[in-house]
Amino acid sequence: MYLKDYSGRKYVIIGVFILVAFLFLLRLFYLQIIDNSYKLSADNIVLRNIREYPPRGRVYDRNHKLLIYNEAAYDIMVIPRQVKNLDTQAFCRLIGMDTVTFRTQMKKAKRYSYYKPSVFVKQISKQDMGRIEEKLFLYDGFYSQTRTLRHYTHPIAGHLFGNIGEVNSSEIKNDPFYKSGDYIGKSGIERYYEKFLRGKSGMTVVEVDVHNRVKGSYLDGKYDTLAVPGEDLVLTIDMDLQEYGEKLMQNKKGSVVAIDPKTGEILALISSPAYNPNLLVGRERSKNYNLLLNDSLKPLMNRATMGTYPPGSTFKMVNALVALQEKAITQNTYFSCAGPTASPIKCTHNHVTPLKLDMAIQQSCNAYFWNTFNAILNNPRFGNSHKGYESWYRDVVSFGFGHGFNTDIPYEVDGNVPSPDYYNKLYNGSWNALTVRSLSIGQGEILVTPIQLANLGVVIANSGSFYPPHFLKSLEGSDSLMSVFNQLKRTTIDPGYYDIVQESMLEVFDGDHGTARSCRLDSIRQCGKTGTVQNPHGDDHSLFIAYAPYENPKIAVAVIVENSGFGSTWAAPIASLMIEKYLKGSTKRIEMEKKMFEGSLLGNTGNVKPKPLKAR
Amino acid sequence: MRNKDTILSNIDWLTTTLYLLLIFMGWLSIYTASAGDDFTGIFDFNERYGKQLMWIILAFMLAIIILIVDAKFFSAFSFWIYVILIVVLIGVLFFGSTVAGSKSWFKIGSFAIQPAEFTKFATALALARYLSMLNIDITQLRTKLTAIGILFVPAALILLQNDTGSALVYLSFSLVLFREGFSGLIIVMGIVMAALFVFTLLIGEYWVIGGLFVIGIFTYLIKKKWRKQLKLLIGIFLMASAFVFSVHYAFENVLEPHQKTRVNVLLGIEQDLQGAGYNVNQSKIAIGSGGLSGKGFRNGMLTRYHFVPEQSTDFIFCTVGEEWGFMGVSVVILLFLTLFIRLIFLAERQRSRFSRIYGYGVVSVLFFHFAVNIGMTIGLAPVVGIPLPFFSYGGSSLWAFTMLLFIFVKQDANRLNVL
Repeated sequence: MYLKDYSGRKYVIIGVFILVAFLFLLRLFYLQIIDNSYKLSADNIVLRNIREYPPRGRVYDRNHKLLIYNEAAYDIMVIPRQVKNLDTQAFCRLIGMDTVTFRTQMKKAKRYSYYKPSVFVKQISKQDMGRIEEKLFLYDGFYSQTRTLRHYTHPIAGHLFGNIGEVNSSEIKNDPFYKSGDYIGKSGIERYYEKFLRGKSGMTVVEVDVHNRVKGSYLDGKYDTLAVPGEDLVLTIDMDLQEYGEKLMQNKKGSVVAIDPKTGEILALISSPAYNPNLLVGRERSKNYNLLLNDSLKPLMNRATMGTYPPGSTFKMVNALVALQEKAITQNTYFSCAGPTASPIKCTHNHVTPLKLDMAIQQSCNAYFWNTFNAILNNPRFGNSHKGYESWYRDVVSFGFGHGFNTDIPYEVDGNVPSPDYYNKLYNGSWNALTVRSLSIGQGEILVTPIQLANLGVVIANSGSFYPPHFLKSLEGSDSLMSVFNQLKRTTIDPGYYDIVQESMLEVFDGDHGTARSCRLDSIRQCGKTGTVQNPHGDDHSLFIAYAPYENPKIAVAVIVENSGFGSTWAAPIASLMIEKYLKGSTKRIEMEKKMFEGSLLGNTGNVKPKPLKAR
Repeated sequence: MRNKDTILSNIDWLTTTLYLLLIFMGWLSIYTASAGDDFTGIFDFNERYGKQLMWIILAFMLAIIILIVDAKFFSAFSFWIYVILIVVLIGVLFFGSTVAGSKSWFKIGSFAIQPAEFTKFATALALARYLSMLNIDITQLRTKLTAIGILFVPAALILLQNDTGSALVYLSFSLVLFREGFSGLIIVMGIVMAALFVFTLLIGEYWVIGGLFVIGIFTYLIKKKWRKQLKLLIGIFLMASAFVFSVHYAFENVLEPHQKTRVNVLLGIEQDLQGAGYNVNQSKIAIGSGGLSGKGFRNGMLTRYHFVPEQSTDFIFCTVGEEWGFMGVSVVILLFLTLFIRLIFLAERQRSRFSRIYGYGVVSVLFFHFAVNIGMTIGLAPVVGIPLPFFSYGGSSLWAFTMLLFIFVKQDANRLNVL
């Protein structure tokens, strides 16, 4: 039994009920009778939110030449509830759509919502829209909305620009910033700098009557927000050099990367076959994308950052530097070469014997570098060859090989420097210098990307230091990124050891027997190294790394031309022309240039030529 | 003992009349909200108004069955009804279908039923049965915990179905507990915590703590009684401060993003006319445009052309506001208020504690729905999506409210038979 009677509490409860009811009546009295902002006219005006799309940030090259800009395009929107007495035939004729598509689009819009607008036709050009706009008001439930599309001043650098597309459902879920139908950077720098480039959309709330006519701003624009344009981005790319490089590489497979050694700024990044970025814009995007995707030459693949190649002879310089640092050899160490009968690696180059380091680099002697590599791994100071290999591995990785640079480079892959553990597993612990001898001449398991190879040129030019390669020149609000890109890295090799490598590379151009002597220039002292890489898929790849001028390096270049034979035939002239173009602004070697422009090596692999694609 | 034939003359006709009036007005609102221009007759079962008419007829049959069944049936089987519905709730978690993000429906063909609606009366029954047991002493901690446990189990299960609105309804039983002798301090504390929560989100924790400190100093200086209780005063201040500091953490980590947005929109911190604020803003426009006397039946263009989302279910009150104006909404609110006060009057006149407690359960649940539902349509409560009793479209909720109410009407009709 209750000890106490609580029936008095019913008055408290009744009091609460009356209070709440009274509050509601007060609020309703205010909403319905006093506050006029909710009184809409007898025409039953309703609200429509018009999204103001911000212009995406423009993109410039290092000399402030415009690369990417925006052009207006229009979407036709529909509110299914308001579509009445529609003359489907006439409407379809107006917007240039067949009735089947019309029906599926209408069904899609209705499934989304009867009373909220959805996009009916996307990205109509300015020209077409002028004609459509005149008559659009005749059709209840339809109206237009302005959007912007990317346009490219030159049909270059598609790989590094990347492209934009509509957000998908998972992107909307991950970031509430996006609403269905928004554009987002899907690849390349468009994706990397999305947060800066995208800007912020605004919204205008307007009153609309039942016939969908805009009556004016709602509550004097109380809820309106302005669109904030995206930040403009300045890239380190030199537009002229990029365009020139793409022309040199046309009808060839491969890649060219040029970097400013002083800053790590990427001057040009060419992957061939290339494609016109204007193809991946607007209504044709998905059609063209599928064409490019299914092309047997894989034009969408960015070979400069995703292609991995054995470095071949260009890697001999790394082995030389490691050997000097680990005191396995000195500049005056001689090894003899038995030419074609040399063991365990034969040497196909014709030169004097025995020879020392500078000649070995110039002549690319395989036997010399096998002996050098053997001397590193079996250096008595390490005790055994596995310890020696660990030390070699540490040194090689410090050059930037075997891992990405983690800057704004799109889709870079790590390449491969086989770790000691890898060989332990592979050979069950029993292996030695002889087992992994291919590494001495840059073949075997070691794989590098063209951008890593260009960075090797930077490292040698700077005597052992480099800034990670990047594309960002300037961008409002990107200071923290910049500070990451501006961290100087050093290799484990003492700067003094680079001198002999630099001098030997100079001799590659200037020496009487240098492999690139045909590309010699009187006005610029160039340094370089050829490479010819065996590959199981066809003819050898031709490689070349170079930098110039010798005294004060301003550009480092790596060139890979797939299936083209010797490094000196194609890769070296292309690298040299790139250097001349960048340092002098134009080239004087017309004959050489013409040969490069016209040379077509696509047939070498038996692949069909790319289908010609036309930009809209 | 009275004759069974007189049961119909014993039922409370005022309550029944109010029930019928609200049902009728509700159906009119659903009709106007869902009927297009191509009207084919009120028995068109493809349209919502036709279906609702069918639900209403079935609800009347349910009410009559309840009035015929022996009054002792419900008190005798209270616990069983409760247990069976809890089992069904667990079943929904495993075998239910998801509608609008909540996994709280059983689908049989084209017919869907929401068990959570029916747990409300089952819980009211179980709570009444428990607190009316002869050996119960409300002052004991064990009793209090058991009573809260009876409420907590269904609420937790419904929360697991991701139906926050329906779970919050169980808070309304605190009115029942209050009436039965639970300390009112808990309710006061609840209100204070809610106020601190809102103020912290609005003006920031440091201002709130500063305010609390000033209030503390004044209390200490002005009320002589408190001077002797300095430690208690400091203790209260520290606990309130700790609570205030935990508000942001709870807000960021416990609430779902859409719930956060709804709270922010309600408090005016955030404006989101396209998302969370859209419903409420459209709803306010619809109601506000009604004016004093409304636009007239079937003339509310905003509601008829579906400019208010969910308008035949959770936002049904807009239709009343737009078409019947301030006069119409006043009538509806006063009808509800009359019903609530009448139910309290009926509850207080019961001889059995079971009936009284159950009666309070009925009025608490109805009141909570009324307050939150209308509150959210006029921007005074967050959008939690619970129906307006007897108005909102939907069979489950209509039947559940009918059963809730008529079990009590039956108990009341039978009150004189209780010794």
